[in-house]
Formats: sequence, C-alpha cells, structure tokens
Amino acid sequence: MRYSILELARQALSRHRGWKPAWRDAQPRDGYDIVIVGGGGHGLATAFYLASVHGLTRVAVVERGWIGGGNAGRNTTIIRSNYGLPGNEPFYEWAMKLWEGLEQTLNYNAMVSQRGVLNLCHSDAQRDAYARRGNAMRLHGVDSELLDVDGVRRLAPFLDFDNARFPVQGGLLQPRGGTARHDAVNWGYARAASDLGVDIIQNCEVTGFMTDAAGAVTGVETSRGPIRAGKVGLAVAGMTGVVAAKAGLKLPIESHALQAFVSEGLKPLIPGVITFGAGHFYVSQSDKGGLVFGGDIEGYNSYAQRGNLPVVEDVCEGGMALMPMIGRARLLRSWGGIMDMSMDGSPIIDRTPIPGLYLNAGWCYGGFKATPASGWCFAHLLATDSPHETATAFRLDRFRTGHLIDEKGVGAQPNLH
Amino acid sequence: MRIPCPFCGSRDSREFVYRGDAAPARPTDGGLGADGEPMFDYVYLRDNPIGELEEFWYHAQGCRNWLRVVRDTRSHMISAAVLGAGHATGGQA
Ligand SMILES: Cc1cc2nc3c(=O)[nH]c(=O)nc-3n(C[C@H](O)[C@H](O)[C@H](O)COP(=O)(O)OP(=O)(O)OC[C@H]3O[C@@H](n4cnc5c(N)ncnc54)[C@H](O)[C@@H]3O)c2cc1C
Ligand SMILES: [Zn+2]
Repeated sequence: MRYSILELARQALSRHRGWKPAWRDAQPRDGYDIVIVGGGGHGLATAFYLASVHGLTRVAVVERGWIGGGNAGRNTTIIRSNYGLPGNEPFYEWAMKLWEGLEQTLNYNAMVSQRGVLNLCHSDAQRDAYARRGNAMRLHGVDSELLDVDGVRRLAPFLDFDNARFPVQGGLLQPRGGTARHDAVNWGYARAASDLGVDIIQNCEVTGFMTDAAGAVTGVETSRGPIRAGKVGLAVAGMTGVVAAKAGLKLPIESHALQAFVSEGLKPLIPGVITFGAGHFYVSQSDKGGLVFGGDIEGYNSYAQRGNLPVVEDVCEGGMALMPMIGRARLLRSWGGIMDMSMDGSPIIDRTPIPGLYLNAGWCYGGFKATPASGWCFAHLLATDSPHETATAFRLDRFRTGHLIDEKGVGAQPNLH
Repeated sequence: MRIPCPFCGSRDSREFVYRGDAAPARPTDGGLGADGEPMFDYVYLRDNPIGELEEFWYHAQGCRNWLRVVRDTRSHMISAAVLGAGHATGGQA
C-alpha cells in the first residue's frame, strides 16, 4: 500500500478500517543469503539497501525484542554532518544526503527537519577549532557558518551570553543539520524492506553461531531455532560485545549507558539544535513541544538501560549554565540506552577475521545520524565484499595498524568520547 | 551508586574516577613483543562482559587509593572492593 493523500482520502471514506500493518510479521525460514542480527535503525536500513540497491531479497533481520526497542528508539534524534576528519566527513555527509531524500525513497514520513545544528564556543581556542572544522567541512562541500556573538544572538536570544565563567562567544552552525523522528525512521525502513521481500523476525534472539569445519560462519542459532545464512551481519549496537563474544571475537569496544531527558510540552522556544561548548549539554525541541536534551555517558561500563543521578545533575547544571530559563520547565521523562563505545570514538563497518561474519558497530552516542549511510555502506560491504568509498576508514584493524579516527582527540578511552 | 572503599567506607561514586576493566595487564617487556600484539591487546581490546566485571576506581576525593571493585554491569551491585594491589576475586595481583 502506497501512502498518499489519495490513499488517505480513500481510507477516510471507509472509516480508516482498511489500513494494513506496515510490515509483515515474518516467521523464520530455514535459510537466507544474508541474515542481519539486530533490528535497530542500522540493521533495518542495511536490509532495505540490500534489497533496493543490490537486488538481494533473501534477507532476514533477526531482532531479539521488537524493532526499534534499542537505541534506535531511545536517541535524541539529532542529525548532522559537521565532522572534521577526512575518514568521517564524507560518510556523514552521505548520510545527510540520504536523509534529505529519505521520505521519498521510503514513502514514509520520517519528519526529517533541517532546523540547523549550532555548536557554541566559549573561548578563543574553541573558536579557532570551530573555524578549522567549518573549513574542513566546506572543503568536503558541506555547509557550515562560523557565527559571531551577534549571529548567535539572532538565532537564540535566550542564551546566557554574559555568563561569568562561560560567556558565549560565537558558534559553528550547520544549517542542514537538524532532527528526524527516530521511530518513524525504523518503521519506514522496516516497511520498505518488508515490501521488497525482506523478512523481519521479531522476538528472536541470536544465541550463537553455526560454523563449518573451516570455522566460517554458516548461520545463527536463535531462540526460535537455527537459521542458515550465506553471510551474517552484526548490527546490535550496545550488545556488540556480548554477541561477538559468542563467535569468539574480542573487540575494541566497551558498553556504556547514555541518558536522555524530555520536558513537559512548551510553546515553540528553541529554534534548532543547540550544544553547549563548555560542558556536555545539547537540546532541541520536539514537534510536540518537549525539550529533548542530554549530555555525557555515565562514564563506567554498563548494560543497565538506565542511568544514575550524577549525570542527571551534570546535564541539568549544563542546561542551567547555558539557558537559565529552562529551570522553569518540569522534567517529564528520562531513560537510557547502551552505547557501543569504540576506543577512538568512531564506528566500524568491516569484515571480521571470521569468514562469513561482518561487523557494524562502535557507533558510540552518534549513530542515529549515521543510520542511512550505515545501512547503505554495510549493505555495500555485505553484497560486494568491498567497503563503500565513503566508509573505507571504518576498519576493524585500524587499532592494530594505528590508523585511528580520533575525532575528539581523547585516545583509547571510550568513557571520554 | 555508592562504592564501599575499604579505607573510607561507603562513599558516593562521584568521589571516584573510573579507570575501567582491571583485567588487561600492561606488557612487561615494553609491550612491543615481536609484532606489537601484546600492547595492542592491552590498550584496545576488551572482554566487555555483561555481568560481573572487576575494574579500577580511584578514590580521588577521598583516601586517593586505587581500588579494585567487582561490579555487576547490569545492576551496579558491588560484590567486592579491595585496595589496588590485591585482587578482589582472589587471583594474582
Ligand atoms: C539516550 C541516547 C541519545 C542518543 N542521541 C543521539 C543523537 O542525538 N544523534 C545520534 O546520531 N545518535 C544518538 N544516539 C546513538 C544512536 O541511537 C545509536 O548509535 C544507534 O541507534 C545505534 O544503531 P541501531 O539503531 O542499529 O541500534 P539499536 O536500535 O540499539 O539496535 C540494535 C538491536 O540489536 C538487538 N539485539 C541485541 N542483541 C541481540 C541478539 N542477541 N539477537 C538479536 N537481536 C539483538 C537489540 O534488541 C536492538 O534492537 C543516542 C543514543 C542514546 C541511547
Ligand atoms: Zn577511600
């Protein structure tokens, strides 16, 4: 069923009784050409591009819970391509280009809203760093504007500009950045992939791997029985360490919890996405009016899908330092997700040393914006056995060879990224 | 989360600095080995277990001891905490 204004009118005439489920609830078959483990945004996008770009439809996405129950449905929905390093920027810009056409491609309203992402600076050194990053972006053909204080004031007059400790001195704006509706992204990819013949199998946990005599992966063991596969791709985000260990892989990844918060609904207040440069705090306003904000990861290994009070306090302090007005808003909800923190803060899209097993992981707290390109590039790798041109740097062996992509310059400390 | 420091008693986790998994041991020969493998393993690779993890915490705003703490990464329940030189689970230091 194609969604359109005509279809809406037609359904309205039959009192909306004719809508069909958006995707088939598939039962596992004996085998597939490719099995994707993990029905988050990345797994679903991978399956969609395998079918739509590479014509591979004997594909299954195997999800232990419900699709989008992981980080794909827990994030703060910021999309941007304002990276500085050559290994990153073309990839994130490819994601941005895919976001820009996503709703037409999927025939689904993902509420992609390019309302701008503004990173604030609070010192001369930080302004220099932003000028450099902005220039690096422009060299890759990406939009960026370095704003002075007046420029920031025009966009966000409510900031505490003359804060004694962290005065706002300007900012780096990416006008094409913004937000998207996370659940709709998952549902849109699921629906489009399912329509092309991909099986989306929920409530099916991968518990182990089948291998042949040579050690190559030939399928997955699941809570609903074994499923044979020509190739297996892992896209399990925070559970990467646990699932990879079942195949005997030890990875440069630690799992850490990240929280997010949303306030009661307010009248339109915050124009785009704003990030504090002197602490870790970022905020945007959802279409329902809630202020959606977050900050640092908890800082210690965690598989608990929730956070603790020190970070709640830290995030709220950051918010109060930047925009004291939000002290009047009440907090509605907070929640947490488990991040696959890589050692240099950058992702991995690569083969593994085990034949037949492919890895998509290490997204840290920034994988939502990457979803379309991650799916595109992982599908490319699975279909062609060679990396996509925008993802050649995301290699698993870069930690061994020293080709780190250390965007934040904090080395091999996942809790600092 | 509160951490039972053997020297100071039960203290708020905010007084501590986290160092992570205590299992990786720094290679003694400078780490290069024939191929740099031991240092690579020590710096980058992690078991990242779900469940009990033995890890280092530094009591920066307390006695300034390094602790080895055994914590469940699902519930943050702490089952053991000893001063750094020991092994909370009873193994070799
Ligand atoms: C609070 C928070 C805020 C964030 N904010 C942003 C942001 O503003 N911008 C941004 O770009 N990124 C953000 N992120 C990061 C982003 O959400 C993740 O990097 C991204 O969603 C990870 O990819 P995914 O969608 O495929 O992961 P997930 O949705 O976590 O998908 C992994 C799936 O694998 C499944 N799985 C696990 N183990 C198994 C198994 N054994 N068998 C079968 N299935 C299994 C899980 O159930 C899960 O559904 C945020 C994350 C959080 C938690
Ligand atoms: Zn102490």
